[in-house]
Amino acid sequence: MATEAHGEEGGLSFHPMDQFIVKPLFGGDTIHWYTPTNVTLWMAITVLAIFALLVLGTRGRAVIPTRIQSVAEMAYGFIYKMVEDVAGKDAIKFFPYIMTLFMFIVMANFLGLIPTAFTTTSHFAVTLVMALAVFITVTVTGFVVNGTKFLGLFWVSSAPLALRPILAIIEVISYFVRPVSHFIRLAGNLMAGHAVIKVFAGFAQVTVVAPLAVAAITAMYGLEVLVAFIQAYVFTILTCVYLHDALHPSH
Amino acid sequence: MEGDLAHIGAGLAAIGSGAAAIGVGNVAGNFLSGALRNPSAAGGQTATLFIGIAFAEALGIFSFLVALLLMFAV
Repeated sequence: MATEAHGEEGGLSFHPMDQFIVKPLFGGDTIHWYTPTNVTLWMAITVLAIFALLVLGTRGRAVIPTRIQSVAEMAYGFIYKMVEDVAGKDAIKFFPYIMTLFMFIVMANFLGLIPTAFTTTSHFAVTLVMALAVFITVTVTGFVVNGTKFLGLFWVSSAPLALRPILAIIEVISYFVRPVSHFIRLAGNLMAGHAVIKVFAGFAQVTVVAPLAVAAITAMYGLEVLVAFIQAYVFTILTCVYLHDALHPSH
Repeated sequence: MEGDLAHIGAGLAAIGSGAAAIGVGNVAGNFLSGALRNPSAAGGQTATLFIGIAFAEALGIFSFLVALLLMFAV
């Protein structure tokens, strides 16, 4: 149905969802697992940007930090405090993993805001892999640290005995829905925001409403900058919450 | 044409976004009224605020997903 919108009389000259199409970088149509695509390119740019910020930016190790160094230190301190506060002191050994997740998501979100850029985190495949990795990490950690006591997470001992089996079923379902909502939230938010900007861009072609549409794009862009950070923050903080559950499963 | 029905369904699924807006507004509004009563305790609860907002928002995103599936996959 996406292709039907093209070339219709009076329709949009582009489709709002066109920006999410994965294309091979060097021509051709077929995509194999080794084909460099625009996703590959923007993921590489994301990793390079993180490297530039965290490794090259802090190279001076100045006592009075430069601007880039203070941004890197702020990001480090922010995530360190989040892991300590939300996941607990014994979760600090997961700090490198959580820091990696946060930096990748926040950098991909912000780079995706550059006009004509490709937002890698707006694809369900990308966020699904990240959420699944978190889910497996949390589950394995729970069983390794607590053994079978981890199953106590599903057995709400503070509830009346008659209610516990019903609550256990609900808890198990909610445990397996968590990764689903975890990955859909990030990709859905970004995809929705970017699609809305493109829809307003379509209105900007109509002369009468063009000024209004441009103002709306500007406002949405401002909101998207906020969303880009908040969604990365939410993804990381939920990872911390799940980790806390895995390390302290008692209700 | 089944395409037309799918479009109507997608529009109906968009009602879910409004419901999610009510949920998120509820969380944020209650947080603010609590924070204004006891501003000194508010700072430590921002993480809880965002977790609450994220959970409320997730269901709205689900309805957005349903709309997308109806538009492009059905």
